[in-house]
Amino acid sequence: MSATLLAVQQTVSTGEAITFWVLGPLALAGGLGMIFARNAVHSALFLVLTMLSLGALYMVQQAPFLGFVQIIVYTGAIMMLFLFVLMLVGRDSSDSVVEVLRGQRLWAGVLGVGLAVLIVAAIARSLNEVTIMGLTGEQANGGDGNVANIGRLIFTDYLFPFELTSALLITAAVGAMILGYVDRHQKGRKTQKELVEARFRGEHDRPSPLPGPGVFATANSVATPALLPDGSVAPESLSRLIEATASQKLERDRKAVAGTLPEPDARALAPGKEDGS
Amino acid sequence: MNRAQLLADDPIWLIAIKCVVLLGFGAIATTAMIILERKIVARMQQRPGPNRVGPNGWFQSLADAIKLPFKEQIIPDTADRKVYFLAPVIATIPAFLALSVIPFGPEVSIFGERTVLQLIDLPVGVLVVLACSSMGVYGIVLAGWASGSPYPLLGGLRSAAQVISYEIALGLSIVAVILYTGSLSTGDIVDAQQTGWYFYLLIPSFLIFIISMVGETNRAPFDLPEAESELVGGFHTEYSSMKFALFFLAEYVNMVIVSAMATTLFLGGYMAPWPLSLINDNMFNSGWWPLLWFLGKVWLFLFAFIWLRGTLPRMRYDQFMRLGWKILVPANLVWIVLVVALRAFRNEEAISAPTILIAGGVVLVLLIGLSFLLPERKVELDDNRVPVTGGGYPIPPLDLRVPDKNAKPARVRRSRREPAAVAAGDKESGAVETQ
Repeated sequence: MSATLLAVQQTVSTGEAITFWVLGPLALAGGLGMIFARNAVHSALFLVLTMLSLGALYMVQQAPFLGFVQIIVYTGAIMMLFLFVLMLVGRDSSDSVVEVLRGQRLWAGVLGVGLAVLIVAAIARSLNEVTIMGLTGEQANGGDGNVANIGRLIFTDYLFPFELTSALLITAAVGAMILGYVDRHQKGRKTQKELVEARFRGEHDRPSPLPGPGVFATANSVATPALLPDGSVAPESLSRLIEATASQKLERDRKAVAGTLPEPDARALAPGKEDGS
Repeated sequence: MNRAQLLADDPIWLIAIKCVVLLGFGAIATTAMIILERKIVARMQQRPGPNRVGPNGWFQSLADAIKLPFKEQIIPDTADRKVYFLAPVIATIPAFLALSVIPFGPEVSIFGERTVLQLIDLPVGVLVVLACSSMGVYGIVLAGWASGSPYPLLGGLRSAAQVISYEIALGLSIVAVILYTGSLSTGDIVDAQQTGWYFYLLIPSFLIFIISMVGETNRAPFDLPEAESELVGGFHTEYSSMKFALFFLAEYVNMVIVSAMATTLFLGGYMAPWPLSLINDNMFNSGWWPLLWFLGKVWLFLFAFIWLRGTLPRMRYDQFMRLGWKILVPANLVWIVLVVALRAFRNEEAISAPTILIAGGVVLVLLIGLSFLLPERKVELDDNRVPVTGGGYPIPPLDLRVPDKNAKPARVRRSRREPAAVAAGDKESGAVETQ
């Protein structure tokens, strides 16, 4: 037990200790939950929990700027984009257990152990060798407070790495945009007028918009199909999405609309009483 | 003692009182805002508005606030129940959290204890508000997703995209203020405005801030996440009872917060407006008076919110995004560079004001000259064009033959391009969006 370690232990106040013992397990639980959650969105939420706990811990360690930037950038922006993708992919897409890349698990294990060794080594070194500067108070760390110091350092000593990072990020963003929009740029966007003309020339499926859903006395849901003039069901009036999520539930509605269900008896007040519900 | 030291000196009971007052302030402001909004919008539309409960209907939102939690809870079959329960809580808590850094007034005495009318003065106070608003989005997105039906999902995604985009414009418009103040603390920003309020010193920042704060709070004319005509109710379509009330609360508290931020950043915070500040050696800028000015300014913004809702039609989603990304953000960046350049010049002793003006004039003339050199855009004329439209309205020609669908293969790109979850939204705005 070295002298620096003792000094560290002496500077921990009660509030800090309580915060640590509340947030530390929470962060850990978030990390474990992220790995073990079945649902991808739940995994993302657990990760958000971890990031939030870390952000709060940074604040307790007298680094409020780092803490809030962690929350704004990581939790607010990056995880939100993750969530976006997960939600667009769909809630029911589950993980596949098939290894797509050969030897993936082996390499993941090797690299994971390597990373763990690195982190443990870094922490051990920071506990033993690094002298503690202390960040409390306005005068600490060269005066003016933490935030002003960080600002000055970023734009003086660390200007080049900072600009380099931003250039990297911009390159990545522009690259993603070019990859994502290449299709549209080759063809060019049509104006509304050109689209109308193209529709009437028959270049699209149909000249008019899709028919809306039918709303009947028996149901007021958008899942009810519209009827064509001859009484048959207009299949295009049903959204593909609705059909995909609950098609089995609509089967009865369709039968009811098409008139293939047995008629309810004359005294029945509620529709759909005939199947005993 | 400065502001932070005074606040750090607060005893526990004072902090507790402040917390309770903030909580009550949020809730009361919400109820007041709802009834005022209904009354004012009704007056703008020349109808009486709520007029049943209490004198002239002024207790209507109180009655609603009592009624709403006691309504039946309906949880959809397809909902992800845990996240569905969590979402309204996540939406509400950050909204109230952000109130803690708003400076409501200067140094006062509460039960003999000197303190500042503010819960906490962090050196990064402005970032707290941004962080809270970015956490609040989670509530909306998760509500949309956990409801398990298409309209809420679309509303949630729209809302997330909207808030993230407009948060960038919002954050950038704060940068100019921070450059002038030299501090991220809300208290310091108010103090720095003693020589002049920023709303006229930094007009572009102020304009961009008030535009993007409407976008940030999902209010009309930018209320696309809950566009009634397109998405039923948006992200809260499937919510009822107390959970719906929480979303309501979060939305209105967020409005109060962005208004309070606009007041703090640009309207001098709690300081008395100009003619009043001259009276009796600035008497109205001390004690409890500033609280009145602060609330007055906040309600000015809140009235503007209502006024906008009563006046402007809803924007289309792509127009809205174009406004944010292609106008507000670039304009803001240019303005920040200008502010930085001006301040750098001012710090430089060798450069005088005329030199700056002359240099600026030369740059302006050069820009105008360059703009003349730009080639005019040519209108491409297609001689083989079939004129099927008349004077602006799409009218089918008289000899229209309904095209045979099987003759030309229909394009399949749409079905290939989008995963199922967004297909419905694409179809809705179909005419312009596809192909």
